[in-house]
Amino acid sequence: MNDIDLDSNEYQSAIVALSNVSKHFGALKALNHISIRIEPGECIGLVGHNGAGKSTLVKIINGRLKPTDGSARYQGLIEKISRKTNAEIARKLGIRSVFQELSLCANLTVLENLRIPYKEMSGRGWRKAAKTRVLNSLNSIFPGHGINPLTTVSNLTIAERQMVEIAIAFSERDIPPSLVILDEPTSSLDSAIAAQLLDHIKRFCKTGGAVIFITHMLGEIFEVASRIIVMKDGTITEDDDLAFFTRQSLVDAMGHVVSQQPDQAQKQGRELGDVILRTPDGLSARQNEIVGLAGLAGHGQAEALAAFYIGKTSFWRAPKKINVAFVAGDRTRDGVMPLWSIMNNLSLKTLTEFSGRFLVDRKREAELALQWQNKIGIRTNDTNNPILSLSGGNQQKVLFAKALASSASIVVMDDPMRGVDVGTKKDVYEMIRQEAANGRTFLWYSTEIDEVCECDRVFVYRDGVISAELIGSEITEENILKASFEMQDSAA
Amino acid sequence: MNRESLRILLPVVSLAVLLGAVFYLQPRAMSYFGLNLLFNLAIPVALATVAQMMVIMVNDIDLSIGTFVSFCACVTATFVNETPLLGYSILAVSIVAYAALGALIHYRNLPAIVVTLGMSFVWGGLAVLILPSPGGASPQWLQSLMSVKPPLLPVAIIAPVVIGFLTHILIMRSSFGVLLRGVGGNDRTVSRAGWSVLKLKASAYGLAGLFGVLSGMALIGLTTSADANIALRYTLLSVAGVILGGGEFTGGRISPIGAVIGALTLTLAASFLSFLRLSPDWQIGSQGAILILVLAVRLVFSRKEQVA
Repeated sequence: MNDIDLDSNEYQSAIVALSNVSKHFGALKALNHISIRIEPGECIGLVGHNGAGKSTLVKIINGRLKPTDGSARYQGLIEKISRKTNAEIARKLGIRSVFQELSLCANLTVLENLRIPYKEMSGRGWRKAAKTRVLNSLNSIFPGHGINPLTTVSNLTIAERQMVEIAIAFSERDIPPSLVILDEPTSSLDSAIAAQLLDHIKRFCKTGGAVIFITHMLGEIFEVASRIIVMKDGTITEDDDLAFFTRQSLVDAMGHVVSQQPDQAQKQGRELGDVILRTPDGLSARQNEIVGLAGLAGHGQAEALAAFYIGKTSFWRAPKKINVAFVAGDRTRDGVMPLWSIMNNLSLKTLTEFSGRFLVDRKREAELALQWQNKIGIRTNDTNNPILSLSGGNQQKVLFAKALASSASIVVMDDPMRGVDVGTKKDVYEMIRQEAANGRTFLWYSTEIDEVCECDRVFVYRDGVISAELIGSEITEENILKASFEMQDSAA
Repeated sequence: MNRESLRILLPVVSLAVLLGAVFYLQPRAMSYFGLNLLFNLAIPVALATVAQMMVIMVNDIDLSIGTFVSFCACVTATFVNETPLLGYSILAVSIVAYAALGALIHYRNLPAIVVTLGMSFVWGGLAVLILPSPGGASPQWLQSLMSVKPPLLPVAIIAPVVIGFLTHILIMRSSFGVLLRGVGGNDRTVSRAGWSVLKLKASAYGLAGLFGVLSGMALIGLTTSADANIALRYTLLSVAGVILGGGEFTGGRISPIGAVIGALTLTLAASFLSFLRLSPDWQIGSQGAILILVLAVRLVFSRKEQVA
């Protein structure tokens, strides 16, 4: 991307202009040399697959993150000169955001929730003012909403909460909204209400407001957007007017330019056995099979895995042998025991299998640790070292070893490769294939398409249900993307 | 009926039931003098409960409120009585100390339960240093304020009503109160909107300190002398009062009026048990039993609501 000269007159009118912005989190490059500008009246559809950098970009724009490199400019102010933080400038300019995770205070009423982003509101009669503002905004966006501003938010349904949040973002305050960022705003709205929102966005943009709209419903993008930005691997791959896109070209643009197809020969070297599991929502797997769960993050994959795993493992009397093992992706939340040694972490799952009634068989525990250290190459000179002395990738290897050391025939993996380096990934793919050949079944939720392409069968999730089942050669990036994004118009 | 009205109705009903039971056992309590006797010790408990509520409001818990009230009582019975200027400055500094603790807890992301437990020993130690043996005296104005006899209703009824009403205005109606409760509800949203959660948390703790001071002063006005251990029970009573009054430990769900009623109920429970001629040894346990009973009823109702 070329640098933009922020001082040139051409950019004076922009609400926000980013020039050559990069954002790194440690070694991870979330954004790479991004340059965009957003003019009043534009409605920008922002699309991309998981990890493309959409939310990082949005956080740079609303000032919550500071760019590692490059600069952001807000309507004639260059951040470096100003002593204020970007977040304050963005707020003063009327840049507002609605996030995917609901961010209302559930213990407050609807009108009280307006008070929190509305900094200058106070004094006598503020309740009345807040009530009219919230109601005006709700009435103009969602006519016939039926929400009482005096209701406590915890008594509202999820859809109503989302409506309130959107209404607050568009509400009239001391500073009028200039740019509203909507991250998956329609995810819990039904189609009629989503259509009301789209109409409002159109009206808002006509009167000079700008909107950034992130969604997995391509139909909605084509309905409201004036411009589409496609992101991939932290860069902008396409940035053009709506007219230049078709649904097909949009999906193509989100995919990788050079797609590495996994070795089909390796997959076919395995005989698949009988169907050994089937869940009510349609997930099924056979012996020796690697089953992938794909789709955009947060569309029900982790919940499906958790429901399956908990259903198989939670009993009042813990049985000695459990047939399912779990590999956590979020290591700090449900993976490692941070104060324990590598060995203790590794043997946790298997302890009951080789221990007596009461005492731990230490000799066998040490043997097991040594065996797996050599087998998957955990880089440490002593497995009695604390687990946190290992790098993230090696911690993840320990978690894999913990699951694979058990005799469980089904291994459930919840996006286990998050933040793992490429070398480790290759080792683990190889190991998974070997273990599958030896008779295990894998359920593998992954947010990365390359990983999903390693699977024998893939279930793509959208909005909490399975939207496609792909087998063998059908597993392509294009098919997965197509199934993760809603291709049809919203059925309004 | 939604959960909010249930939240306030339940403590009201429990208070009414207990009051009815007390009147049945001891009809003479149904008088100006009787009511004053029943409830006058509830005033400091109600103030301490409101203090506790300020901390619970921001998702923390204060285990030092009992010793803090004792400390304030000792200061009131000694310094405030003898050298008022010094006495009031000590109380003001202790409020600032409370606010600073709140800021520290937020800034260093410390568990409030540990910090306040530690502080409870500090306050307790200071109280012993000030008043090694029971004694001291109440400032004259305080004593006469607490023993004033207004027409129609006794102080013991008027004071809780005033406390409940004022804190309701401050916490539930003012726009500042909304921000304080917002910190308990979703502090990320509050800080995203550009507010300093640090200042808000410090304010909540500062308010807790203020009500703790008021509680200690009210207690001295009633008892007219102090002891370093005078209010140790208040820690548990105040937590129980907040919960009994419809508050929850997390999520910023609190009710000032409910908290005051909760404090009254717990005080009344003690009188009720002595009317039953139960030995005082059983009182704490019985108060616990009453608390469990009320919470169980609340749980049953909220379960039913979820099913419906």
